[in-house]
Amino acid sequence: MKKDLGFRLGTGAFGLLLILIVAAIGFELARQSWLSIQKFGFDFWRTSTWDPVSGNFGALPFIWGTLYSSILALALATPISIGIAIFISELSPGRLRQPLVFLTELLAAIPSIVYGLWGIFVLVPAVRAVQTALPDSLRTLPFFTGPPLGVGMMSAALILAVMVIPFTSAVAREVLKSVPITQREAAYALGATRFEAIRAALFYARTGIVGAVMLGFGRALGETMAVTMVIGNSPQVSLSLFAPQYTMAAVLANEFTEAADELYLHALIEIGLVLFIITLIVNSLSRVLIWSMGRTARVATPAVAAQPAPA
Amino acid sequence: MTTARRKIISSLFVGFCAASVLLALVPLALVLFFVVSQGIQALNFEFFTAMPKPVGEPGGGMANSIVGTLILTGLGALFAVPVGILSGVYTSEYAGSRLASAVRFAADTLNGVPSIVIGVFVYGLAVLPFKQFNAIAGGLALGIMMIPIIARTTEELLLLVPNTMREGALALGATRARAVFSVVLPAALPGILTGVVLALARIAGETAPLLFTSFNNRFFTTDLTQPISSLTVQVYTYAISPYEDWHRQAWAGALVLVAIVLACSVLARLATRRLEGMVRG
Repeated sequence: MKKDLGFRLGTGAFGLLLILIVAAIGFELARQSWLSIQKFGFDFWRTSTWDPVSGNFGALPFIWGTLYSSILALALATPISIGIAIFISELSPGRLRQPLVFLTELLAAIPSIVYGLWGIFVLVPAVRAVQTALPDSLRTLPFFTGPPLGVGMMSAALILAVMVIPFTSAVAREVLKSVPITQREAAYALGATRFEAIRAALFYARTGIVGAVMLGFGRALGETMAVTMVIGNSPQVSLSLFAPQYTMAAVLANEFTEAADELYLHALIEIGLVLFIITLIVNSLSRVLIWSMGRTARVATPAVAAQPAPA
Repeated sequence: MTTARRKIISSLFVGFCAASVLLALVPLALVLFFVVSQGIQALNFEFFTAMPKPVGEPGGGMANSIVGTLILTGLGALFAVPVGILSGVYTSEYAGSRLASAVRFAADTLNGVPSIVIGVFVYGLAVLPFKQFNAIAGGLALGIMMIPIIARTTEELLLLVPNTMREGALALGATRARAVFSVVLPAALPGILTGVVLALARIAGETAPLLFTSFNNRFFTTDLTQPISSLTVQVYTYAISPYEDWHRQAWAGALVLVAIVLACSVLARLATRRLEGMVRG
């Protein structure tokens, strides 16, 4: 219809603007980091010297810190998130459901800077106390070496875990909701216990659950303020949970305004570019997994969908 | 496996799920407790009306940062609300088109871009060319973060409007634009406004995208071409400083931030509950 063409083009232009913004972010970051990409090539990601004075930049400690802290956070947050999702969607009494959803959403609503502030003055001293209380035999293990500073990998991972839980559990809850009720009923009819029925539902929802976990991973990778404030900001590659380390987002937050010469700035922006690319890949993968889960669930439940939803 | 054993495993599993809920609520309670108990000590009338005092002088407030946050979120909304709502209209009206899927994908992607990366992007776009940190750049960064939230909320809410309303308007000879702007959009507007309020609350708590766009300012300013203070960046500056007095101010700032977020979430929740009631009739 001709008279609607203007409307379609007009609103479509704003939609197109969204796509352009994403493309522009990638393009601008690549353009502004060109000096560093040209000069260091792939060595940028394999070396650990970070020396702005002599103009030598290697970003290995940052990518290590980002991955290590995110994976630790994920290891802590994943079981808890899935437990929460199962409790809210399968076990909790109906009256508790909405308040619990609200409270977990609140966890996501608290600003990162507030988590960071709390981290500095409450969590970090607590971690320091735990470390000094550790028996000497444990302290010789590579995971627990280092002086008791409080700031470091452990504090960062804990705070990240708390911040990731609401995202992963919300998506896992949605995914579980899309599992057809017949799956559980069939299990119960065969005499399954509650755990066995839920296990069947989880197995059915496995792609979506993996997607939910990856979404949390994407969040953890890019989290800036809270991590910057508690991780200790020391560029080193260490396995120790108590060692101060550094992340890609944190080095941007700390050093960006200090980057006096062009090469330094370009090196920092290259870190931003890679952070952008990594989160892009992780998020896209997670969307595809969640989306494919939603689709198979819809295809598999025509009979259920036709019935009125249970109140 | 014996039945008794299976039952025990099942109970243990149920116990684990309940425990994980409690485990997640512990940090929430702890954060809220410390923010309220520490923040309330430093929060007074002066906090909202006075300017920051130099190191060593007790007292002072964050009047300039509060105004700055209002200006920055306002600017963000100015950029994001039209773009978000109109692109949401497009993706819901032409839901099947290829461009709509691409827009949806872009919105989800943008939503997942770390906020610090958006800060870096806007630095190159709106700070570097002018060799000056400025409020507009900060607003732009916040706006870019708001766009995908508003776009997806608008789309979801427009899809909830019964198709019969749209068809009714079209049957009366309305153009598509007329049907959308006079019938469909007004029906979804209360919900969309709720979404905008929630997005504003989330964006008001952002720090990372402001660090090198609007930067910070010790003085009161409403000049959009100058660096401007914000509650979040000010809390950050105070939190990592070595001064007791500034730490107290940081806690007070955190309390104000949390109060804003909490108030908006509760209001939005009440509003959606009323809306749902209205739809169900």
